[in-house]
Amino acid sequence: MNRLLTLTMMGAAFAMTASASVQAQDDETVRFGVDVPYEPMEYRDADGNLTGFDIELGNALCEEIGIECEWVVQGWDGIIPGLQSRKYDAIMSSMTINDDRREQVLFSDPYITPPSAWFIPTDSEIDDVSEEGLDGFTIGVQRGTLQDNYATDMYGDVADINRYDTAEDLVLDMESQRADIAFLDFPVGKATLIDNEEYDYQVIGNMITEPKEYFGDGFGIAFRKRDEALAERFNEALETLRDNGTYDEIYDKYFSM
Amino acid sequence: MQALSEWFTELLADNTIFTAQTLGYYGSGLVTTVQLVFLSLIIGLVLAVPLAIGRSSQRRWIRTPIFLYTYVFRGTPLLIQLYLIYYGVVFFDGIQETWLWVLLEEPFVPALIAFTLNTAAYTTEIFRGAIKATPRGEIEAARAYGMSRRLMMRRIILPSAFRRALPAYGNEVIFMLHASAIASVVTIMDLTGAARFIYARYYAPFDAFLFVAAIYLCLTFAILYLFRYLEKRLLAHLKPLEQ
Repeated sequence: MNRLLTLTMMGAAFAMTASASVQAQDDETVRFGVDVPYEPMEYRDADGNLTGFDIELGNALCEEIGIECEWVVQGWDGIIPGLQSRKYDAIMSSMTINDDRREQVLFSDPYITPPSAWFIPTDSEIDDVSEEGLDGFTIGVQRGTLQDNYATDMYGDVADINRYDTAEDLVLDMESQRADIAFLDFPVGKATLIDNEEYDYQVIGNMITEPKEYFGDGFGIAFRKRDEALAERFNEALETLRDNGTYDEIYDKYFSM
Repeated sequence: MQALSEWFTELLADNTIFTAQTLGYYGSGLVTTVQLVFLSLIIGLVLAVPLAIGRSSQRRWIRTPIFLYTYVFRGTPLLIQLYLIYYGVVFFDGIQETWLWVLLEEPFVPALIAFTLNTAAYTTEIFRGAIKATPRGEIEAARAYGMSRRLMMRRIILPSAFRRALPAYGNEVIFMLHASAIASVVTIMDLTGAARFIYARYYAPFDAFLFVAAIYLCLTFAILYLFRYLEKRLLAHLKPLEQ
């Protein structure tokens, strides 16, 4: 523990000056618990190898810190107990930071807020997603999602909001022209509307991750509470990857059209 | 009175769920539910009377199609009927270009059609049973007076059948009110839709659903009271004489 602490302080000192890379001993390995599949965050490719945004970013972070990464697949229900019983040292598995979990684990800084996006048919007459632009149109959302809350508060006065139990019901009503525009988790919308050959849809406007009160604090890496030093090293590495463009590279790979 | 209103204001000030906005959702949900149930019951009733007469006809070619209709609509869940009518219509190519689409685009009309067809099927069977149970003596008396079949139906059979059907029909009305809770699956913001919205918004299932259950109870109470009044008036002749 002390060793880690010293290392971190040294690392922090380095980071302040020039190079943010922290040297660690070669034999040090961090094991990540991950629950698959959850596309595009973590899943297996055609060859059965783990891949996804979390996996790539996690590996890049370890490389930056100069340690080895291992991934341990663990079901979601037991993922926090597994951390506490030392099956692995951290969880990087699309875990939303919230106060209930903060009681149990220590979170890194958020490394992503999963984006939401607007989807329209390619022949739609909607050309912007401002309040005026959606005046009189019907917005489809999944009931009870953060997109539902956002759309209700921002557009509830000018547009109709149709709430569906599943994304599939929403797609059906988009196809039959009962709903004009969908506001969904980007990965969900991409999987159901964009990647589906039968349909002709596109994203309009930017990916939306703000304001925080609707879209949350985002996903964090979870550590055991006493591993503050380790968490700090990952926070610094994350900062470096954001600065040197590696983060954007990985982000664009999974979250751009 | 003043104390009561102060108490109520305090009660509202103390919670984050039942604000003016969410009560507005419940209010418009109540209106939607009552409209949907009331309209489907009225139209269903109007359809059910001739159907019930046809259903008890001697002629097979009249009787059988009506039997098939009631069999299908009583034999499948209302939720499935609603899905089929709401999502099914869009599989007719080009329906968006016809005048029908004006009606079918909004979820209200498809739901109204599903509920009406469903309640009409049940009501038809309730009336058919009541018509069949007409005492022979009444029919023989009508014949003895030389009434035509049509006149006998209008003056004797139907009035007495309606009276007999009243308690069973009261049940059907209450069932319909409760069945309407599924309307929210096709995006209608009825009472249940409002409750589900508020549940999801505030993560408070208990408060949201308990409140809406209380509203349904009030509605049911009103229906019970109405039917008790009707039974008292219309079935007075069947009451045992007071000692």
